[in-house]
Amino acid sequence: MALRTLLTRKSLGLGLGVSQSVRGLQTFSLPDLPYDYGALEPAISGEIMKLHHQKHHQTYITNYNKALEQLHEAMEKGDSSTVVKLQGAIKFNGGGHVNHSIFWKNLTPVQEGGGEPPKGSLGWAIDTHFGSMEALVAKINSEGAAVQGSGWVWLGLDKELKKLVVETTANQDPLVTKGPNLVPLLGIDVWEHAYYLQYKNVRPDYLKNVWKVIDWKYASEVYEKECP
Amino acid sequence: MSRRTLEMHWGEHHRGYVEGLNKQLEKDDILYGHTLDELVKVTYNNGNPLPEFNNAAQVWNHDFFWESMQPGGGDMPRLGLLEQIEKDFGSFTNFKEKFLEAALTLFGSGWVWLVLKRTERCLAVVKTSNAINPIVWDDIPIISLDLWEHAYYLDYKNDKGKYANVFMNHLVSWNAAAARMARAEAFVNLGEPKIPIA
Repeated sequence: MALRTLLTRKSLGLGLGVSQSVRGLQTFSLPDLPYDYGALEPAISGEIMKLHHQKHHQTYITNYNKALEQLHEAMEKGDSSTVVKLQGAIKFNGGGHVNHSIFWKNLTPVQEGGGEPPKGSLGWAIDTHFGSMEALVAKINSEGAAVQGSGWVWLGLDKELKKLVVETTANQDPLVTKGPNLVPLLGIDVWEHAYYLQYKNVRPDYLKNVWKVIDWKYASEVYEKECP
Repeated sequence: MSRRTLEMHWGEHHRGYVEGLNKQLEKDDILYGHTLDELVKVTYNNGNPLPEFNNAAQVWNHDFFWESMQPGGGDMPRLGLLEQIEKDFGSFTNFKEKFLEAALTLFGSGWVWLVLKRTERCLAVVKTSNAINPIVWDDIPIISLDLWEHAYYLDYKNDKGKYANVFMNHLVSWNAAAARMARAEAFVNLGEPKIPIA
């Protein structure tokens, strides 16, 4: 056990937030934010960004790694009931890691182009599928506000049908749980921890303001990769 | 639990659910005549909840939650309730551990309950998601803890464990629990049948 832990520290893929051990079990680590915690103000406060990144996302990663290790052991022992039992924890914590990793890339300070609408093919696709950017924002905001409890609201691309969709997922379910061909372009976290300290229970205000720091360049890159 | 949390939680969230529910009921003649308990069960619709369920259940849940706490709460239950807890959990400490563990392992928004199960005729710790409430399964809640983030975020940020511990040690009202237990025993026979030996 100690040997394996030692080896994971001398990690290989440092920049990827991933490290490998002797047995080939990957452990994950918290990716750095490409901007300062306070850089997204006033849309999202520095306090929220710091807690969200250092506490919430880190906890998902820690628990994800733990669940994966337990899964690995159970698989080696052929302990099917434990393997199945762990699926909930993996979906929740792994989903939390996946979703938040996308979320950090979906945001960018105003100075770096936050809020600037997409040009190019994504802009066209939005106008085609939703009529206008305003219509898309209105739809995402209303679906996001309507999520009961905790969850996410997504702008996704159905890569089979080459169609843009707006979807919501519960808890930390990644977008693929709503359709295996769905690729997330933009995700907005509507868990209360994402906005409560600043906006209290007024989720609609958070949704209105978050658009000022959305990184459409990243969304366009993902879109263009799937729909060249 | 700070004053600011109560002002937000009760004054905004709970009030929001009440007003939302009233607005929904205005438009519906059929649902209008129910009591709150009935409303929760009817709108749950056996697992396919109607749009009114969220508001109705959350009104019920928050009413119950406020009454599950008292200033200077915590400590331990006494007499019959304590006996039943010891019977069903082994010890009060064991129950407390189970309750706190449930709080920490709940995914997403939801509630943790101590319920009296009607068919199994024993106490149990139960987790529910979002607005779901054990009365939809006909069980009888004894105490509850709100684990939606809005319930603790202002006071404890993401430290759910600390919040749950403070609830157990300083807020939970075992008096309220005992009263509910006494009422529950009118509906659930907890005693062993005493078969006389001739």
